[in-house]
Amino acid sequence: MDRLTSLQPRVRVPATARAGEIVEVRTLVSHPMETGFRRDEQGARVPRDILTHLVCEYAGREVFRAELQPAISANPYVAFHFRATVSGAVTVRWEVDGTVVAERTETIEVLS
Amino acid sequence: VIGRRLRVGAGLLAALLLTVGHSARAAEAPAPRSGYEFLSPENRALQDDSFANPGMLWVEAGGRRFAADCSGCHAVEQMSDVRLRYPAFDERTGRLINLEQRINRCQTEQLRRDALAWESEALLSLTAWIAHQAQGRPVQPVVDARTQPFLEAGRAFFEGRRGQLDLACAHCHDRHAGQRLRGEVVSEGHLNGYPAYRQVWETLGSAHRLFRWCNEAVRAEPYPFGAEAYVNLEYYLNWRGRGLTVETPAVRR
Repeated sequence: MDRLTSLQPRVRVPATARAGEIVEVRTLVSHPMETGFRRDEQGARVPRDILTHLVCEYAGREVFRAELQPAISANPYVAFHFRATVSGAVTVRWEVDGTVVAERTETIEVLS
Repeated sequence: VIGRRLRVGAGLLAALLLTVGHSARAAEAPAPRSGYEFLSPENRALQDDSFANPGMLWVEAGGRRFAADCSGCHAVEQMSDVRLRYPAFDERTGRLINLEQRINRCQTEQLRRDALAWESEALLSLTAWIAHQAQGRPVQPVVDARTQPFLEAGRAFFEGRRGQLDLACAHCHDRHAGQRLRGEVVSEGHLNGYPAYRQVWETLGSAHRLFRWCNEAVRAEPYPFGAEAYVNLEYYLNWRGRGLTVETPAVRR
């Protein structure tokens, strides 16, 4: 009752970068990340409900992939880096067992 | 003559003691310290980072909801001081009404919908977004003859013992603020960051959820959400922490 029911992804990528610059991608998404180890007040096991993967594509190429585990906190924040070479789209996807459940695309402009 | 001198002397002494007592009390009451001051450096950084602060997820959701449901009557600019004014005196009931209750009055009377449930995504995000509009501005509740009794009721709640542990809020949050209670540092118990993202809850929570949590911690039966006792307490705590700036959405342990 008290969690955000809708998945709300946030992605921040620098708007511009110099060619060859290492840029930071910051991501945050609302998710309960229920471990599957907890029990409710009646003693029944609360089923596992976690995001399993975080994938980032840049200029048509996968540049980052993370496998998320039950021990990761609710509303996971993940930051990572890649080397900016060309202007283009940066797409971040959150997946549950192979199904994309949230996606955000930002663009980065690489100055020559 | 001697008797009269004694009486005058006693009067002077009493006046002197009163003055000393008064100034001593004034000196004992330093400026309130926000819960932020009791956080670890890492959690302060998390609160200050408007991207990584998880409470911003609710603020963003609340902004969308405001634009969809509320902007027909209310302009965004008019919302910047709402958090500073609530809980406020409600002419209709003759009691205080807090922000969540005020939002729900709009829901039921203007929008003609069911009231939003306490701690629902909808109510939390709207409350958080409205409070966030006042971020950085000091809480300065206006106390007048009509609201004075509710302030006193809130103070009595704060200072009253309750629960199996027979503790008052004041025992920890007045007398022992800054000291440790097991692994945690006891804060002064201010509300300037609420609704706040509490890490023990892994979600945003209202002031009333915090009160219920605190009441359970001293093994007292918690009051229902929106109970008059809690609204009065909210009002008293705003007054007690007057001058603190709004931090919503704060990060708290």
